Amino acid sequence: MPLVLTEEQQLLRESARGFLDEKAPVSALRKLRDSRDAVGFSRPLWKEMAEAGWAGVLVEERHGGSDFGFVGAGVLAEEMGRTLTASPFLSTSILAATALRKFANKSQQDALLPKIAAGEALFALAVDETSKHRPAQIAMRAEKSGNGFRLSGDKTFVADGHVADKIIVAARTAGAPGETGGLTLFLVDATAKGVAAERTEMVDSRNAARLKFDRVEATGEDVIGEVDGGAAVLDGVLAAGNAGLAAEMSGAAQAAFAMTTDYLKQRTQFGRVIGSFQALQHRAAQLHVEIELVKSVVLKALQDLDGNFGFAGITCSLAKAKAGEVAKLVSQEAVQMHGGIGMTDEYDIGFYMKRIRVAQEMFGDFAYHADKIARLRGY
Amino acid sequence: MPEEAFRAEARAWLEKNAPAEMRDGGIGEEFVCWGGKRWKFSSEAQKTWLMRAAEKGWTVPAWPKEYGGGGLSKEETKILKDEMKRMKVRSPLESFGIWMLGPALLKYGTEAQKKYFLPPIARGEIRWAQGYSEPNAGSDLASLQCKCEDKGDHWLVNGQKVWTSYADKADWIFVLVRTDPKAAKHDGISFILIDMAAPGVSTKPIRLISGASPFCETFFDNVKVPKEHAPGVSAIVGEINRGWDVAKYLLTHEREMIGAGGGGLFATRGLGEVAAQEIGLEGGVLADPLLRAKIAQAEVDGWAFLLTIERMKDEAKAGVGMGAASSVLKYYGAEFNKRRFEIAMDSGGSKELEWEGARTNDGKLAKSWLRTKANSIEGGTSEVQLNIISKRILELPDA
Repeated sequence: MPLVLTEEQQLLRESARGFLDEKAPVSALRKLRDSRDAVGFSRPLWKEMAEAGWAGVLVEERHGGSDFGFVGAGVLAEEMGRTLTASPFLSTSILAATALRKFANKSQQDALLPKIAAGEALFALAVDETSKHRPAQIAMRAEKSGNGFRLSGDKTFVADGHVADKIIVAARTAGAPGETGGLTLFLVDATAKGVAAERTEMVDSRNAARLKFDRVEATGEDVIGEVDGGAAVLDGVLAAGNAGLAAEMSGAAQAAFAMTTDYLKQRTQFGRVIGSFQALQHRAAQLHVEIELVKSVVLKALQDLDGNFGFAGITCSLAKAKAGEVAKLVSQEAVQMHGGIGMTDEYDIGFYMKRIRVAQEMFGDFAYHADKIARLRGY
Repeated sequence: MPEEAFRAEARAWLEKNAPAEMRDGGIGEEFVCWGGKRWKFSSEAQKTWLMRAAEKGWTVPAWPKEYGGGGLSKEETKILKDEMKRMKVRSPLESFGIWMLGPALLKYGTEAQKKYFLPPIARGEIRWAQGYSEPNAGSDLASLQCKCEDKGDHWLVNGQKVWTSYADKADWIFVLVRTDPKAAKHDGISFILIDMAAPGVSTKPIRLISGASPFCETFFDNVKVPKEHAPGVSAIVGEINRGWDVAKYLLTHEREMIGAGGGGLFATRGLGEVAAQEIGLEGGVLADPLLRAKIAQAEVDGWAFLLTIERMKDEAKAGVGMGAASSVLKYYGAEFNKRRFEIAMDSGGSKELEWEGARTNDGKLAKSWLRTKANSIEGGTSEVQLNIISKRILELPDA
């Protein structure tokens, strides 16, 4: 498949850009932060996004979705990355929709996918227990109890964990921390007895929470995929999530870079615009080249998810690794090239640096994914 | 022709015509057939393969048939190359005529020039050299001084070129000369074709840090170049004093080629494999953790670069590409290739430092490592590429 967007995907990008520039610019995120908004995003805006087909971007039409595919989802994530739009898109429309569509049984799909598409239900994916993403280290237990399970343990860095209606949680039904076997994914109601959420205010002013599970009851019907077979489900869901985050960071990096080159053309020192200094020109040109590489890996990962889902893990890791590394570099250079004004809260560039720092950490940073690729390659 | 039908045809033709000795996947200097009047074929098979490929037009598959090409579409050319790679068939012919002069003539040449010069390139009969840089015109190429005067029935050329690749083995040379010394520096340049057998042309090889001498100095001492090499075949390509347009177009091809070399010729995944062999594994991972990290980073970047080459080709095909893509590829490809060979030398340790002897095939890796240092200099330095990107793409202002 050619590494270019189809005409339909380009149109989606244009309409998304127009929508977000008008309704969710960076100032919207600033307002959510400054007002200490309890939800962390605008529910009316999410409703509008659902009506435009964004919430159900990965949901089939028979379930009320728009079914634009992973490339479509990536286009939307990238555009939301440009404007740093706060929304439940990643956790509900990418992570949960992928888990349900690719791994859930028919009754789970019929019950939940239409709600995702309609923007009526919010989801969260609870994986991490330590400060670095290490899914094999999951210790949370799901003990057999009668016909069902009892879930106990702590989760951290759960996007939308405090506002979700349903939580998809990875727990251990067998094996010990360090083993990939023995994991199982459960669908748990956020209101279930024993679930407690603590919202964590993050560097990027976006949603995250720590969750506590204390003997939470679940049944076999709440299992996504197979008991003890959660690693495969998690691999697929996290691949999609990492591709989505990579696309978001690509958008954020492009926007931060565009702001920076604009600034280089305006700011005057020593009697000339600073963009005429070769020391800055060459650094800007290098960033441009790196961003071009990011665009390629992101599109490849998204196309692989659409075309060959079961084998997309490695290109999704590639995309996440490269996008995270480059986006971090771009945000650092952006602040430096802006000089003093880049350090002020009033100016938007700092918001990009903060969001990129959080996004690259989520579900594995550069080292995690580069290590994964190296192991797959046998070294 | 539908893709699969063409694939089948290409496969069948290669199966029938590519000699067995030419199917060893050989890539690199010692396997290349450069052609030319003085070319000594390394084997009868190499000669046979060139003749058969030329007969079919598949030394230059994408060129029009009337100029010795195969008349294939872009898609068909790609299929043919894929099939050759799959069957490990060596390229029948490589040359500066194919990479550089051919594309420039196809765009800027007259019909007579195309008919006269292109078929001998396609058949590997004439080997061309490139006369661009001068001792005082490197990155600032447009400041070149090689003089070309109009003497009525002929041009008179005086001056010196440097970094002329294989000029000592070439038959003809395409040269940038100054035809109007009074004009602004980009405006007085012409692109002229010179027979190197003409009196007054001489060459002197330059020994490089790798020990090889792929480049020469080339001198023009009162060289008379006929206005027409044959009736109606002008020695000048494009308009007189507009040679800079041709030069720039040709450089774009050169850059894409050097850039593609960074990712295209060698797979990065080899780096980890080689290091694992040399250094060994501990607990399933390379025993040198810092080198392992460097290799993994290079693998991420190399793969991203290969995908970028692919994406830019696809964008160009779809007509949505941006300009100056060749500078992006040239810059990154050159820098990446240097990095790759630094890692290969790190993995090899003291063994690969043996400059002579059979153990290292006379320092083959070390010589390649040294050769890559030129990647970011030739065809426009990395710094010049960054200048082009910042001016043409980012539209940052001049000083």
